[in-house]
Amino acid sequence: MTAMLNVRDLRAYYGQVQALHGLEFSLHEGSVTTLLGANGAGKTTTLRAICNMVRSTGAIEFDGATLVGRSTENIVRLGIAHVPQGRGTFTTMTVEENLHLGAITRSDKAGVVSDIERMYGHFPVLKARHTQQAGTLSGGEQQMLAVARALMLRPRLMLLDEPSFGLAPLIVRDLFKILGKINREDKVTILVVEQNAQLALEIADKAYVIETGRIVMSGNASEIANNEDVRKSYLGY
Amino acid sequence: MELFVNQVLAGIATGAIYACMALAVVMIYQAIDHLNFAQGEMAMFSTFISWQLMQWGIPYWWAFLLTLALSFVGGIVIERVLFKPLAKAPILTNVAGFIALFAILNSVAGLIWDFTIKQYPTPFGSSPFLGSQLISTHQAGMIGVTVMLLTLLYLFFQYTRVGLAMRAAASVPESARLVGINTSWMIALGWGMAAAIGSIAGILIAPVVFLEPNMMGGVLIYGFAAAVLGGLTSPFGAVIGGFLVGVFENLAGTYIPGVGNELKLPIALALIITVLVVKPAGLFGRPIVKRV
Repeated sequence: MTAMLNVRDLRAYYGQVQALHGLEFSLHEGSVTTLLGANGAGKTTTLRAICNMVRSTGAIEFDGATLVGRSTENIVRLGIAHVPQGRGTFTTMTVEENLHLGAITRSDKAGVVSDIERMYGHFPVLKARHTQQAGTLSGGEQQMLAVARALMLRPRLMLLDEPSFGLAPLIVRDLFKILGKINREDKVTILVVEQNAQLALEIADKAYVIETGRIVMSGNASEIANNEDVRKSYLGY
Repeated sequence: MELFVNQVLAGIATGAIYACMALAVVMIYQAIDHLNFAQGEMAMFSTFISWQLMQWGIPYWWAFLLTLALSFVGGIVIERVLFKPLAKAPILTNVAGFIALFAILNSVAGLIWDFTIKQYPTPFGSSPFLGSQLISTHQAGMIGVTVMLLTLLYLFFQYTRVGLAMRAAASVPESARLVGINTSWMIALGWGMAAAIGSIAGILIAPVVFLEPNMMGGVLIYGFAAAVLGGLTSPFGAVIGGFLVGVFENLAGTYIPGVGNELKLPIALALIITVLVVKPAGLFGRPIVKRV
């Protein structure tokens, strides 16, 4: 397995405040990796730094291409889809328009149409609501829409920021099941940031634990799940 | 009764112009969250360009289309040169930018074409429309061109990829970038389109108010009133607001004693203030909630 994304010495700043202090990690093609950590540890910042949505220095390589210094939209066009915290729904537009927007950089019309049908297959509730304004969807439905919108890019790498946030436990289970399926069937590499560590570790191959802007632990998801400290701090048993 | 119908129809005709100006203002407001005080001067400048083209012997409709294209490019250039660098600047800096643009366009137009009032042709003539004394052919033409423009714009925003991308960039810029839309160019495109729409308004109203560097002053205030009435966040509202303001202006001038032609402008300003106090989001706008 080769590394698809390589992050070296990543530092990120909000104004004068440094949020990341030399992060190092890599993602393998086809894997699911999770980034665990407490509130404010720098998980969201890491995802935002990959897409150049926060001022950062260091080296980020995606398939040999350097990402630092590239504009967000150009990074996305390389095949990196980002499902942001809060879902980033285009609330005043219809569900179907949201899906079309996810594929706005693609020029294969027929492919886009068939992909929308595929998304309705993954998330039948979106089909039922396809003419509805996206802002009227429930939180869970909007999260599904956000994931579907990201997939419409036909990404090679998908970054997910707290997909379980604010959702009912049953919906969260469904969502993670679908994420696992997308990873296996569509060969999409996934980097997921999660507060719900238990769930994230279930679908992940690899995990990193991040504390105050530094990686403090890394390993296979099963090892991390069995680690005494992680269990106490993040799994609660 | 005839006077009433006549005033309403005339109001719809000028309302069409206000609708165009309001739409141009709203398009830029949606893109960069600032009111373009120079929108009227941009339209005036475009109108002068079309006049110049006609002076050089180019037929009306060719001059019209050429002006549209030049205004579109000009709008993009103004955004790239003046307002893109101000994107992250405080609000007052932007206001200063708009005032500078206003002053520059106004004086340069005066310098090139001087301040004397000029006749401006109409391709529709000014005879009674369909033999009726209620409305002239030029007024009917104003309404017709505007309705056509609005239809085209609606189709563009609803059914084309670029239209969809522009709407996305205006409503949630961050998400738009995350689906790969170059939001910076969408803003420039919005400026270009606003400038072109404004130029249509200028060309259509010029036969009525005559051509001179200050011709759009009053028109823009009505345009602002229309945009505020309809809601600054709603292009549809801006258009409806334009027609409402046009009709309201005429009826107030005719039926409220003492208003006449002289006090029509204060009426527009009073309307702006009333809407801002009573219903700040306008008729069709959504209330803007900001986290602090």
